[in-house]
Amino acid sequence: MIDSKRRILLKGSLAAGSVGVAIGAGLLTPRLVLAAWNEAAFTAKDVPSALSSLLGGDATESSDAIQIKAPDIAENGAVVPVTVETSLEGVKSIAIIASGNATPLVASFDLGEAALPFVSTRIKMGKTADVVAVVQTGDKLLSNAKNVKVTIGGCGG
Amino acid sequence: MSDIKVRAKIEGDETVVKCLINHPMETGLRKDSKTGELVPAHFITEVLCKWKDQPVMTCAWSGGVSKNPYLSFKFKGGAAGDPVEIGWTDNKGESQTETAEIG
Repeated sequence: MIDSKRRILLKGSLAAGSVGVAIGAGLLTPRLVLAAWNEAAFTAKDVPSALSSLLGGDATESSDAIQIKAPDIAENGAVVPVTVETSLEGVKSIAIIASGNATPLVASFDLGEAALPFVSTRIKMGKTADVVAVVQTGDKLLSNAKNVKVTIGGCGG
Repeated sequence: MSDIKVRAKIEGDETVVKCLINHPMETGLRKDSKTGELVPAHFITEVLCKWKDQPVMTCAWSGGVSKNPYLSFKFKGGAAGDPVEIGWTDNKGESQTETAEIG
């Protein structure tokens, strides 16, 4: 009798142990995702090499379906609001590039299934240049650009 | 020191999330005006946005994102009371998360 209770107890603690392992594994997954920061792309000095490192190709098709909302003239290059929105279907990722910056790739957004193709953020711009948005849909790379005139640089200027 | 403000709202059938993160976002290229020495790089490299523990968006950033970054995104399917979690990690390995309910 006592022996059988001991068995149950053992079984119970074993089960608890495996739950703990599962939680441990779950905790590790976000870190694995986070480890994917693409250093080569973010330290690239020009747009084509940044795009090649990030998306595996620098050939983009120009598309009017991508809307970039950014000011025509940015008085302060340290804070330039940029919004990228598109009506395209099946968008996997959106990248924002300030083509005049020392390291042009500013941000890349990987969209999950529920996410809508819309991102808004604020970026730094060293000088007057095009803000380029590159949208990845399935196997295509589409882009659009908007020129932003910067009166005071925001990259340590 | 730093903190995250998250606000999630339902607009029609979309959930709009807006967040502000307090972070210096140093590129590593800026010089200190007093000493003339370069300020070491300190910026957020990754932001993970989750809705009900499911990743909605993963952002990879460089120092080109403005100081005290603002981020807004939209997703489908949210309901009032659902948790939305924003978590960031920077190049020094520091990280923070914040959760807000869709209101």
